[in-house]
Amino acid sequence: MKPINEAAVSFLSRSANEGFARTAAACFAAQLDPTLEEVNDIKTAVSEAVTNCIVHAYPDRLGRVSMRLRLFEDNSLEIQVKDWGVGIDDVDQARQPMFTTGSAERSGMGFTIMESFMDAVKVRSRPGKGTVVTLRRKLSRRLGAAV
Amino acid sequence: MPVTCTGGGRVLRAALSGEVDHHGARAIMEELSRQIDLELPRELTLDLAGVTFMDSSGIAVLLRAYRQVGELGGSLTVVHVPDQAARVLRAAGVDRLIKFA
Repeated sequence: MKPINEAAVSFLSRSANEGFARTAAACFAAQLDPTLEEVNDIKTAVSEAVTNCIVHAYPDRLGRVSMRLRLFEDNSLEIQVKDWGVGIDDVDQARQPMFTTGSAERSGMGFTIMESFMDAVKVRSRPGKGTVVTLRRKLSRRLGAAV
Repeated sequence: MPVTCTGGGRVLRAALSGEVDHHGARAIMEELSRQIDLELPRELTLDLAGVTFMDSSGIAVLLRAYRQVGELGGSLTVVHVPDQAARVLRAAGVDRLIKFA
């Protein structure tokens, strides 16, 4: 399926950029006139994906994170969050609830939240090369949509 | 301040505000932990009315407070949970562990 609109942003893995990334995703999704709940779901899932990059992909250095946003004709939104960090050895294990390699400040529920709030979550990772998380969510069709 | 505490007599009420994400969670966690150590509350109430966004970092904040108060033999109640935060907490099953009012 060909996207009808697309945008991309790239930023450093600083925690201050978590808020930037979720706000950018919400602004892009706004052209579909989503409900408040849909906007919040998108912001929450993006926050989890980007936080994973900041905490896990680059544990001891700053690195680059890119986020590509695409809209499709069927009113679905695809968000791809990519890093070039350490990668994930065992993706299935990483997706388990409560699993974390982070500190006590992490709950290990990031992927669980992404899966709860999105229709589909795809994770591709190569240890030492990086990780790509693709989130997909179909939005309700509303009259105010700009595309 | 992302955490404002009031109370006395081992009853503590902490109001969280702003965005509870990974960026802000550490400061919230540290301040909350400090206040719990100071007051040794039997009852801790976390008021989330001022929280504008929460992700799984907020779950870690709540679970840490729950454990810390539990070690003192106290209880934790979470009040005024905004819709977005409630969806996150429900998705993680936190509502089965912590009392929401």
